[in-house]
Amino acid sequence: MNKTSYENLTRGIIKENPTFVMLLGMCPTLGVTTSALNGLGMGIATLFVLILSNCAISLIKNLVPAQVRIPAYIVVIASFVTVIDLLMAAYLPALHGALGIFIPLIVVNCIILGRAEAFASKHNVWQSILDAVGMGLGFTIGLTSLGIVREVLGNGSLFNYSFLSGEATPLLLFVMPPGAFLALAALIVIFNRVMRRN
Amino acid sequence: MKSSYKTFAQMLSSLMIIAVVAAFVLSSVYKLTEKPIAAAKDKRELEAIKEVVGTFNNDPFAEQMTIMTPDQKHKLQFYPARQDGVINSFAIKTFSDNGFGGRLEMIVGFYINGAIKNFKITNHHETPGLGSKADEPKFKEQFDGFNPQKRKFKVRQDGGEIDAVTAATITSRAVIDAIQRALDAYNNFYAGD
Amino acid sequence: MSYLFIFISAVFVNNIILSQFLGICPFLGVSKKISTAAGMGFAVMFVMTLATIVTYLVYYTFLQPFNLTFMMTVTFILVIAALVQMVEIIIKKVSPPLYEALGIFLPLITTNCAVLGIAILTVQKNYTLVAGVCYALSSAIGFTLAIVIFAGIRERLAFSRIPPALQGTPIALITAGLLSMAFMGFAGIGN
Repeated sequence: MNKTSYENLTRGIIKENPTFVMLLGMCPTLGVTTSALNGLGMGIATLFVLILSNCAISLIKNLVPAQVRIPAYIVVIASFVTVIDLLMAAYLPALHGALGIFIPLIVVNCIILGRAEAFASKHNVWQSILDAVGMGLGFTIGLTSLGIVREVLGNGSLFNYSFLSGEATPLLLFVMPPGAFLALAALIVIFNRVMRRN
Repeated sequence: MKSSYKTFAQMLSSLMIIAVVAAFVLSSVYKLTEKPIAAAKDKRELEAIKEVVGTFNNDPFAEQMTIMTPDQKHKLQFYPARQDGVINSFAIKTFSDNGFGGRLEMIVGFYINGAIKNFKITNHHETPGLGSKADEPKFKEQFDGFNPQKRKFKVRQDGGEIDAVTAATITSRAVIDAIQRALDAYNNFYAGD
Repeated sequence: MSYLFIFISAVFVNNIILSQFLGICPFLGVSKKISTAAGMGFAVMFVMTLATIVTYLVYYTFLQPFNLTFMMTVTFILVIAALVQMVEIIIKKVSPPLYEALGIFLPLITTNCAVLGIAILTVQKNYTLVAGVCYALSSAIGFTLAIVIFAGIRERLAFSRIPPALQGTPIALITAGLLSMAFMGFAGIGN
């Protein structure tokens, strides 16, 4: 793999991580991460939409006149979101129920339209897919780690495997809305610290 | 002028093509997933029914009936569970709009004498870790064999005999509200017979 | 269900930002000054109410009768995008002062997930048109309330000494967390 490809792939995971650095897609980040599994599921659903939309937009970039670029991209993205929505309802009904309204709202996740506009509309298919994989993985890592922190602290379990015994009470605050903000703030501080040291 | 007309035609045609392709893809995916989605929903309901009623060897799903609440406002689904043709218990799909996060849906199972057997919350928007505990055995156990017609079917805070989930009284009240609705509809159904 | 109940629930108990997590991007993005926050709030109030009415009509006149409900996401987002563009053009022509006040916020609203979110929720909750309008307006008022309070706190925060590690986003998130905690105090009213 050459240097540009490597950079395009890793950019989204570390340097421009959507969750910790760019603060994009905050609604699902805070809304669905009451458990690690929900965070992972949302991350992967977004990853799929991102790959498909980046790929399609890179393919049609020369066919669409610049003036109608945005509506065209929105239709493409919304279609892929609906496809993922229907597939999840059919084959992963429990996860589909847990993520609820946030699945159709992937459409307005700034990451997807942002990458379409900033990257896929200017680069070839292969590089656009790499970019999508990087950004999607960065988002998935962000959501899953936030989900892990909230589930462990707030529910005393990890990936639905409970490790609390008897009468011990977990820090419920973390699965409730305020906990989402506080846990994300703490994770961003830690992320910045680690990045600065490197 | 001519060139602007040309770009307009180009804009229109490219958007049209994208819209048509999108509509085609979506309708085929919809066709493809229509049956699995319905099947997944049925399967979830059947599993919930199995959990809340006694042993049966009929198909409660095929024998379902629609019953009305006494005020004639809401329709609930009724599923009889038969062992060798004899009804030993039944399940009712019910709801309450008084949950902490709005509507709470559940399937509740009754013994044939009207005592509660068990329930399973199928859809809710309660707080994870608090209200969601209403679907855990610790809270549910006290309902087994509880006959709402003979005992005070309210949470203790309201002068009844049900211990609410800690820090989730509203959810507990909603559970009772939903079960009461199912029972009222069932009694109404038999009274009307 | 009474309209007052919808109102109280949407503004305080299930505040769109602080407990439903819709519209977080503008909440964090345009909340450094009370005046801009209020401008954003009013723009959202206007667009959200209008968008809910239009999407409601589209859903019940086209999508549901023709069994096309699976096209909801695609149609709604297009309707909202077109609506925002149209509102922008009309306001620009009809009332330049209003355009001056709201204009810069309008393009941002298309990708505001709160607008699409409330439009979808109105349909999912099976509201009537009037209840839906009440729900959308109340949610937008809740949005405005939260963002204005938040901007007020942030204006003051600018003058306080914040540990270097927390500067910028982390302190904003912690503030939002505390605000969300304060709103949890409303839990249970109306039940």
